[in-house]
Amino acid sequence: MSEEATTKSKAQLDAEFAELYRAHLRDVYSYSYYRVGDHHDAEDLTEQTFLQAYRHFERAQRESDGRPLRPWLIRIAHNLAANLYRDRSRKPASSIEETETLTALHTTEQLVEGRDQLSRVLAGVRQLPDDRREALIMRFALGMDNREIARALGRSDGATKVLIHRAIKQLEEIIGDPRRGDDGG
Amino acid sequence: MTVADAAYFEALLREALAPVEPPADLVERLESTLQTITELAADELEAWELRAMRDPRNWVRPAAAIVVGGAAGTALVLLRARHRAQAARAELEARRRIPFSRGDAERAVREFSQQARRLFGER
Repeated sequence: MSEEATTKSKAQLDAEFAELYRAHLRDVYSYSYYRVGDHHDAEDLTEQTFLQAYRHFERAQRESDGRPLRPWLIRIAHNLAANLYRDRSRKPASSIEETETLTALHTTEQLVEGRDQLSRVLAGVRQLPDDRREALIMRFALGMDNREIARALGRSDGATKVLIHRAIKQLEEIIGDPRRGDDGG
Repeated sequence: MTVADAAYFEALLREALAPVEPPADLVERLESTLQTITELAADELEAWELRAMRDPRNWVRPAAAIVVGGAAGTALVLLRARHRAQAARAELEARRRIPFSRGDAERAVREFSQQARRLFGER
């Protein structure tokens, strides 16, 4: 009887993991891409994130208490990205070279073709401190609300609200008025 | 900055940080990997089944294993075509047709365990 219960649990877990994967593959990839600024590393990061998620899925479900698992997934990607830089002894993602790489990639892929404003915004985002940049990626690329971002970053809701507010304010200072051609920073 | 300015700025941010679709080859590779993990678990259970058929004391376990293996594969197999699973099954069928000793079964279990550990092991 207990084996039957385990069987049901295993089948259900796999089905739910498949659902999680389908629902959030784009989120994880988008986060990874904006986090590391490189398609190749973003692919590795996405792959490792889902493999690690699969390993710990059962426990995560138990501990989530029914709350959405997207913040947990993004937190895995966040930790793996940190390890990636540490292991390779690379510069953090906010380096000028990577800012240029990211802008170039967007231009190549016509995501911001002819949109100087967007390029400036992106370059500005890359100049933000890691935590502020990540909060903006989660908010605007993934559409996460404050509570989700707070869970992903391991902060309180209040602290997250302040973090996002400051990130936007700092970004405004960096890029100036985006409707004009001036550079604020 | 006025409310309108703030709204404009946020809209700009949303556009600049547009979601990025994962490349098709990543999707294929990732789904294949996830499916392999599930199949490994299923294959390991099938090896248990083979060994248990020679030992009546273990008949309870393979009966459960068949159910677990089938159910475990279902969800992730849905992500992709079933060609990998079919290939794995055909290989197992071929193995069944040749004499299969208890030692072979144990070796198979060990090999599958090692592969699973490699896949699930800490990086």
